[in-house]
Amino acid sequence: MSEVKFSNDSLAVIEKIVARYPEGKHKSALLPVLHLAQAEFDGWLSPEAMDEVARVLNLKSIEVYEVASFYTMFNLSPVGKCLIEVCRTSSCWLKGANEIVEHIEKKLNIKDGETTPDGMFTLKTVECLGSCGTAPMMMIGAQFHENLTYDKVDSILETCKTEDKRKTYFDQVNIEHY
Amino acid sequence: MAKVTIDGKTIEVPDGTSILQAARMIGPDVAPPTMCYHSKLKTSGGYCRTCLVEVTKGSDKDPRPMPKLVASCRTNVMDGMEVGNLTSPKVVEARKGVVEFLLLNHPLDCPICDQAGECHLQDLGYDHGSAKTRTDFERRTFEKISLGDKIQLHMTRCILCYRCVKVADQITDNRVHGVLNRGDHSEISTYIEKVIDNDFSGNMIDVCPVGALTDKTFRFKSRVWFTKPVCANRNCDKCSGKVHLWYKGEEVLRVTGRKDQWGEVEEFICNTCRYDKKKTSDWEIEGPAEVNRHSVISANHYQVLKKGSEFKLNDIKPLPITEGEGS
Amino acid sequence: MGKKLLLANDHVPGIKNYEVYRANGGYKSVEKAIKTMSPDAVVEEVKKSGLRGRGGAGFPTGMKWSFLAKPEGVARYIVCNADESEPGTFKDRYLMSRIPHILIEGMITSGFALGATAGYIYIRGEYFYIVSILEKAIEEAYQNGWLGKNILGSGFDYDLYVQVGAGAYICGEETALLESLEGKRGNPRIKPPFPAIAGLYGCPTVVNNVETIAAVVPIINEGGEAYAAVGIGKSAGTKLISASGHINKPGVYEIEMGITVEDFIYSDEYCGGIINGRKLKAVVAGGSSVPILPADKILTTPAGEKRLMSYESLSEGGFASGTMLGSGGFIVMDETTSIVQNLHTFARFYHHESCGQCSPCREGTGWMEKILHKILDGHGTMADIELLWEIQAKIEGNTICPLGDAAAWPVASAIRHFRSEFEEFVQNPTNLKKVRHYESVNQLVSA
Repeated sequence: MSEVKFSNDSLAVIEKIVARYPEGKHKSALLPVLHLAQAEFDGWLSPEAMDEVARVLNLKSIEVYEVASFYTMFNLSPVGKCLIEVCRTSSCWLKGANEIVEHIEKKLNIKDGETTPDGMFTLKTVECLGSCGTAPMMMIGAQFHENLTYDKVDSILETCKTEDKRKTYFDQVNIEHY
Repeated sequence: MAKVTIDGKTIEVPDGTSILQAARMIGPDVAPPTMCYHSKLKTSGGYCRTCLVEVTKGSDKDPRPMPKLVASCRTNVMDGMEVGNLTSPKVVEARKGVVEFLLLNHPLDCPICDQAGECHLQDLGYDHGSAKTRTDFERRTFEKISLGDKIQLHMTRCILCYRCVKVADQITDNRVHGVLNRGDHSEISTYIEKVIDNDFSGNMIDVCPVGALTDKTFRFKSRVWFTKPVCANRNCDKCSGKVHLWYKGEEVLRVTGRKDQWGEVEEFICNTCRYDKKKTSDWEIEGPAEVNRHSVISANHYQVLKKGSEFKLNDIKPLPITEGEGS
Repeated sequence: MGKKLLLANDHVPGIKNYEVYRANGGYKSVEKAIKTMSPDAVVEEVKKSGLRGRGGAGFPTGMKWSFLAKPEGVARYIVCNADESEPGTFKDRYLMSRIPHILIEGMITSGFALGATAGYIYIRGEYFYIVSILEKAIEEAYQNGWLGKNILGSGFDYDLYVQVGAGAYICGEETALLESLEGKRGNPRIKPPFPAIAGLYGCPTVVNNVETIAAVVPIINEGGEAYAAVGIGKSAGTKLISASGHINKPGVYEIEMGITVEDFIYSDEYCGGIINGRKLKAVVAGGSSVPILPADKILTTPAGEKRLMSYESLSEGGFASGTMLGSGGFIVMDETTSIVQNLHTFARFYHHESCGQCSPCREGTGWMEKILHKILDGHGTMADIELLWEIQAKIEGNTICPLGDAAAWPVASAIRHFRSEFEEFVQNPTNLKKVRHYESVNQLVSA
């Protein structure tokens, strides 16, 4: 594995992020910087990636592990290029979220939590994403796909297959605005 | 000063005293049990909820009762406050629930656990728990982890009191372990296997209220109730050098910090004293250690025959059990 | 049509952009406050308005503001809670993505009132796409002199930042949010001290929900009394309701508090009735945490009057027959719904979201989920129903933060009002397989 180091572009963004907090409170930058690390280092946070975060923020590694493992959006093991997050809490369940999950499982031949052998898709069921009025829904990258039907899911997955780039939460974020 | 009444007993304490501290000043009969609070560790307490009490009167100034039970370790007294501990049915009921929650995923492997006999969870279960278990679900398990050659971590037994994390934060200079994951998946860990190695790391063992962190140099050597605790000291440049030596016959099986009557370490000791000084000749012996409130050890009240330099190990004898006692 | 205070300009094309927002009266509250009012006068106005926290607890905002400690030489912060994660709630997301400037404006006016040195908007990580929208709005506000040094020549310096979370419902609890904002695990703090005394970085801090902050804008523009005149009694003003479930028109509605629940569910102005003309079975009126009520109890108070959409009316009858307005997450269930299955999704949610700090919540939430799972698997016993009841009772009130209560109440209310359904599941496990939402499956097949 090549050395895990933030790019200069990322370091510049990190510097900007750290400037948002008072002197000495740079630990506040941890969550935003972990997001950056995950996007830059293949969609997940390896121990090396977390150590790199610790290094640039001058924190102990354990402080980074503690935080990264608390929040569900941080992946501590590799995920596919498209991480499909399907909500299945109450309102989504009422509108057929379980059926959507089953449909995707069948379609991709994987179970909840698994990745397709080609490394393209990972399916993850999640709790309420705040899209209850447009249920059922799923999130891929930062994009909400709402009012899902089987057909809609099929066409979204097809589109994903044709795209080469890894989907990240930064897909709709202008990095200047992060 | 503030006057506070706990289970009908009144005491005057300095402002800023917690309900728990005030109760302990009154005495063991009214002191709520604790699992995560530790008097020598800042910000400890509040997590386990075993010390919940009912505040039936807030203060003389504002006599309204508090709407919920409060953690006595993290709530300060007010002048005129009235508190129910064992006299409050609500508290007794809630505490029973807390014990049940703490034991829900506990392995109950006391027969093979080194902590047995000096385990706060055993005591808590005995004093405040219920006799029956109401869960038949599989218990949560974790792999045993070695934190170097001195400390063994049995996460399965951990109750997440955070004391060992606070020890690492507050008395060592490089914490490498912490609480990872969340909810009932939380675990004490170094994440990627690391050795915990610093001069004071052994104190993590002493503050652990259960058998999650045990001393590898002592593991399986003896049940604690077959050992004799003795107060001893030495000139140490790293710590106070005030310890308990745990003897079996003439042999020192382990060295620990001294604990007060609440089972909390009085002064943290260094790893040199703990691991490298296991000969009687390393120490100045003060006399038998008094161990209170611990289920098995305290059953063997050791008789003090002589003091100081005259003291001989073999002079420590358990008190004879007279009829009617010990039931 | 009811009065609209937050979404009044929702229909205006381009309202997301600064110029359009400004041309439609945007940032007037900042001008009015900074140029013509003292900070204390702004606080006074908010007190007069009767505004109550819109995140769920309903605590009077003006009172919360007046608790803020103001020691000399110590920074003060205002933090906006945009960690909207209560199942059934999506109003803040709607507001921020449609009219981001109303939040920025509210944060400036509120920051001025509190003498804050900086403000942070803590937004849940799953709303990542909104980060850009807010950052753009903030940049526009800086460019136009509403943020930064010496705002409007008043000497008031104020910076505003967006902070993104990373997936943790618990960070909606204000002290967990502050921990997270400090770059830590989202473990709620043990109180006291409250944030008003020692909040972000140990400094006095006010934490308010997105909708609460946005409501400060119309309050300052039109005056606290005018705001208080909207709504009913102690439920002053308007409330954003997130409507979801088996209704014809799910979505976010700004309602004037005091309309009837019946109107809200059945009128075409709001939910438009139950899908396919089915019967109403139950409603979770204020987000997953509040007690679920069966149709008769949600429509009618114990006194036999029509229940209203207000803090007081919804809670009439206590937990025996009432509920709470909460965050306004209004989940409607039709007659085909299995209450036990729905409850299982809630129990799984709280189990998943418990931070794990205190034992009753850490262990109890998982235990409840497992028992519900067992019942749904057809292996439940009558004793399990009693056990569920007892577990929730042992969690409620005994935890560090309100998540314990939030996990307990849905279980308690489901058993209280729908015990027979639990018993049915236990006694006739074979019937279980029949309980399924064919309605929703049909809907998933495109026409």
